[in-house]
Amino acid sequence: MIHLENVSKSFTLHNQGAAVIPVMAGATFDVAPGECVALIGNSGAGKSTLMRMIYGNYLSQSGRIMVGDVDVATAEPREIIALRRATLGYVSQFLRVVPRVPTVEVVAEPLLSVGTPKEVAFERARDLLARLNIPETLWSLSPTTFSGGEQQRVNIARGFAHTYPAMLLDEPTASLDATNRETVLTLIEEAKARGAAIIGIFHDAPARARVADREIDVSDFTPAKVV
Amino acid sequence: MSAQITPPLPIPLLPVPLLSVKDIHKTYGGRIGCTDVSFDLYPGEVMGIVGESGSGKSTLLNCMAGHIPTDSGQVLFDTRDRGLIDTLTMSEPERRMLARTDWAFVHQHARDGLRMSVSAGGNVGERLMAVGARHYGDIRAQAVDWLGRVEIDEDRMDDRPSAFSGGMQQRLQIARNLVTGPRLVFMDEPTGGLDVSVQARLLDLLRGLVREMGLSAIIVTHDLAVVRLLADRLMVMKSGHVVETGLTDQVLDDPQHAYTQLLVSSVLQV
Repeated sequence: MIHLENVSKSFTLHNQGAAVIPVMAGATFDVAPGECVALIGNSGAGKSTLMRMIYGNYLSQSGRIMVGDVDVATAEPREIIALRRATLGYVSQFLRVVPRVPTVEVVAEPLLSVGTPKEVAFERARDLLARLNIPETLWSLSPTTFSGGEQQRVNIARGFAHTYPAMLLDEPTASLDATNRETVLTLIEEAKARGAAIIGIFHDAPARARVADREIDVSDFTPAKVV
Repeated sequence: MSAQITPPLPIPLLPVPLLSVKDIHKTYGGRIGCTDVSFDLYPGEVMGIVGESGSGKSTLLNCMAGHIPTDSGQVLFDTRDRGLIDTLTMSEPERRMLARTDWAFVHQHARDGLRMSVSAGGNVGERLMAVGARHYGDIRAQAVDWLGRVEIDEDRMDDRPSAFSGGMQQRLQIARNLVTGPRLVFMDEPTGGLDVSVQARLLDLLRGLVREMGLSAIIVTHDLAVVRLLADRLMVMKSGHVVETGLTDQVLDDPQHAYTQLLVSSVLQV
């Protein structure tokens, strides 16, 4: 489902004397449907960078990043938008909220955008919010004012609303209490069971051991430091 | 049973662009307004044009909309009856018809896009009449519907826009523009000069309308938060030239060009 081949990335800081910082080289791996792969490596090894490259948020300098039949590394913006809408989900660590939109709509939106009927989408959104223990009194409010933990759970509910065939999870269990952590791990297992290809970053080692089938050490793709 | 809003369907990747801009070049005397601008805009796409004051973004928008003459280049639009036509060489009546039907232009200052001496309802109704609507009851009903969509109370319908706040004027201008169901909307700093709470409301409104109606839009702004919220893709301009294009979040989070890096890093963090 996801296939990376010789992917590389460098940052050019034009405003700091055009310093070129190579951060990734030769990244090559596959993720099959129904498989969960954990990215590991020290802080700064490039786990989040790699994830953002797969999502098309960061530009790749070379190589191929196939998600389904789209090469994210070379795709047009509209192809990436279509891919993100239907195929590729991304649960980041932070919820980017649009002012004034009620929580239940924030969660239902990914479903609405793929044409799911409104009632079905809202039903699924309410179900996810309930499973993630967001009090029902908050569902009609904008998540802008929620606590950090609540926002993160809303973000997870939103990420799992649509059944994406490929998913990227950036620390989905960070700073969750035991009950909610359990719910999130169950959601991941459900996604795997329905055949989603998942790439995750889990600092929580027991969680990683439970859901990940394989580990990929991102520091293997870190280019040698040029001094 | 209440009327149901059909959810927007996924936009299929159509092969024909709605708007195809080729090598737009415009100078003011010896100075470059904008040059070498080419891009395709597909149905349902929202493109943001960002850059500092004087970068040529408004010049470009006005060239495309036919408000100012262009020195050279083509602005091809996928018309309903004749397919892709260069709007710059179209006859004036044809272009005016296009501007009243398939195109809309939202000005930065609402008073440039409204008739200040005509009631709010009249402002919305006028555009309908321009495309042939004649039944007073229908026109008024549509005006009420659109004022409602932009959150203007029905009882303000007979007031003149001069009695409205800046934010309300801007929303009225949007209603006036969208009532005829255009396919392409040009927006010049639609939230400029409004305070932040009004901006948020307007943005949310625009976002909803764009999605619901499947509009294509070109939004010129210097506000990066606005494009992050509204635009699918970005074009960054400096000194009349396009320096970078791409997916909105990619350009903002991983800018490649020196100027874009400077622009993104200059935004104050709240």
